[in-house]
Amino acid sequence: MKALICIGHVPDTTSKVKFVEEDTKFDTTDIQYIVGPYEELALTRLLDIKDAGTEMHITAVNVGLAGADSTLKKALAMGADEAVRVNAEPTDAAFVAKQIAEVFSKGNYDVIVTGKESIDYNGGQVEGMIAEFLGLPSVSGASLFEINGDKVKLEQEIEGGRQVSEASFPFVVSAGKGFASEPRIPNMRGIMMANRKALTVLDPVEQNLMTEVIKHYLPQAKPQCKMVAPDNVEELVRLLHEEAKVI
Amino acid sequence: MAVLIYTQNYEGKFKKSVFELVSYGTEIAKQLGVEAIAVTTGQIDNAVLKELGKYGAKKVIKIENPELKDFSAQAFTEVINQLAKNQNANVIVFGNNPAGRAIAPRLTVKMNAGLAAGVVAVPTSVNPFTVKKRAFSGKAFADLVIKSEIKILTLNQNSFKVVEGSGEASVEEFTAVIPDGAYNVKPIEVIKSSGKLSVTDAEILVSAGRGMKGPENWGMIEEMAQILGAGTSCSRPVSDLGWRSHEEHVGQTGKVVAPNLYIAVGISGAVQHLAGVNGSKVMVCINTDADAPFFEAADYGIVGDAFDVVPKLNEAFKKFIAEG
Ligand SMILES: Cc1cc2nc3c(=O)[nH]c(=O)nc-3n(C[C@H](O)[C@H](O)[C@H](O)COP(=O)(O)OP(=O)(O)OC[C@H]3O[C@@H](n4cnc5c(N)ncnc54)[C@H](O)[C@@H]3O)c2cc1C
Ligand SMILES: Nc1ncnc2c1ncn2[C@@H]1O[C@H](COP(=O)(O)O)[C@@H](O)[C@H]1O
Repeated sequence: MKALICIGHVPDTTSKVKFVEEDTKFDTTDIQYIVGPYEELALTRLLDIKDAGTEMHITAVNVGLAGADSTLKKALAMGADEAVRVNAEPTDAAFVAKQIAEVFSKGNYDVIVTGKESIDYNGGQVEGMIAEFLGLPSVSGASLFEINGDKVKLEQEIEGGRQVSEASFPFVVSAGKGFASEPRIPNMRGIMMANRKALTVLDPVEQNLMTEVIKHYLPQAKPQCKMVAPDNVEELVRLLHEEAKVI
Repeated sequence: MAVLIYTQNYEGKFKKSVFELVSYGTEIAKQLGVEAIAVTTGQIDNAVLKELGKYGAKKVIKIENPELKDFSAQAFTEVINQLAKNQNANVIVFGNNPAGRAIAPRLTVKMNAGLAAGVVAVPTSVNPFTVKKRAFSGKAFADLVIKSEIKILTLNQNSFKVVEGSGEASVEEFTAVIPDGAYNVKPIEVIKSSGKLSVTDAEILVSAGRGMKGPENWGMIEEMAQILGAGTSCSRPVSDLGWRSHEEHVGQTGKVVAPNLYIAVGISGAVQHLAGVNGSKVMVCINTDADAPFFEAADYGIVGDAFDVVPKLNEAFKKFIAEG
């Protein structure tokens, strides 16, 4: 099986968020970049399946500039077999999806796996867009991915519960919570091996920009937390009722 | 031209989030000077559909194709696309919920549209079409301009107030053509949720973390939820340890919630936890550690032992409710 896994290059979850150029751009000063948490789960699951004996070749793909190579290397260190970077600024989701659809069409892959959402613009868009560009079925936010021969059992959240379904290759899936349990951490050997694995850089194909972020805001600063003494819980009830008006 | 609102019913009923969505779509329709049209699938009473008029929908279209009883992103995208063309819709709104997240991105490609995912307010301008959305896991917001002629939005739950009036919507039917292969991901079974108030629907959430020491101590958390008519949620380690169901896990890698009131008991307030709850209107933190980061995000706080404070607070809530 050949799997294409889409790796976002995103700010570490603990990053302080600031903006520059009149709040039009994210301030990258002192920002550590990571493999998105859902992509970590997705890759972990594929590696678990591979380790359990299913023949599999995993290609990590990113749409980004050279700075993203370090993140692709992390994916290689975790255990992906090779990496591809489409050399372009990941301006909007449709642009990113179009690039990945292109990589897929040229490479004989069986499945495309993405994360449920990126942790910068939280769109959850790329997976569905890739699927539609390619005319493939898709499952969003899957919490299960189980291979049985040439079929894959998937589970996704729907209104009022979860739907279990069975997919045949090829298809697109985004990984949500439960896809794998604990993300893998690269070991020393993985990190050494990563440098010997192929990282191919491709040129982008054209795609019109549909959206543009023009300004960012930080949430309004919260007033200081009002403290209530532990032996005066009635006061908290009063505040929630009279001041906050939430009960 | 029209604003098309995808309203999902569950077993023939609409939840409050649908009323928010219809109110929201109606407001955009007003901005554009066009009609708001709602669409739903499945078996549902016309009387229930007419009610959407109260929130501003002029017309509700129901699509009863029996295949649609099971979900498939591909099939639903097809169907909404056909209807959107038929109604000449130029703005299509979904809830930022599992169905909306699965359909909207596909639909944007199909309709050559731009998507704003997770919007929190009506557009600040319709030309250029500019709308505010959640970004960086709630640590920021962004103004997004959609440049295409057709615009697709997914609205975050609890970010737009229901506007209730009096109208009655007319009801129409539409039969969609479901193409071969639209169910290539074959639905096998549906596992229904526990029936408890879901964390995303709850207006009040009582949430607890590792400070509770073990699952056997959740009685007082459940009790508080019951008194307040609230839902219960938890931090990630709690669900990872199997103390509580995964459905309750909120945060960066769990559910994103935005209740009116979020009561956090024995939760430290790690950024990844706050990322899922920072949209809450009011937050309360109960923690033994005065330096717990949660106090910086909370509106009200009690430094104290949950095992002492929560039972007392439950009594106080009970008394408050009893006295009306
Ligand atoms: C990529 C990534 C994603 C993550 N996603 C999530 C996520 O989605 N959701 C999430 O929750 N976490 C997430 N985490 C984990 C997060 O960083 C924290 O580890 C986690 O939120 C801590 O949970 P906690 O507050 O329950 O436990 P702890 O950090 O152990 O805190 C327990 C708290 O309880 C207090 N306490 C102890 N005893 C009592 C008592 N008797 N009464 C009152 N208070 C008491 C302590 O003072 C402490 O503040 C993520 C981490 C990473 C790296
Ligand atoms: N620039 C990118 N390169 C590769 N994959 C990406 C990129 N951006 C997003 N993705 C993938 O798409 C998923 C959803 O992202 P988003 O639609 O931006 O929320 C992420 O979890 C990644 O798997």
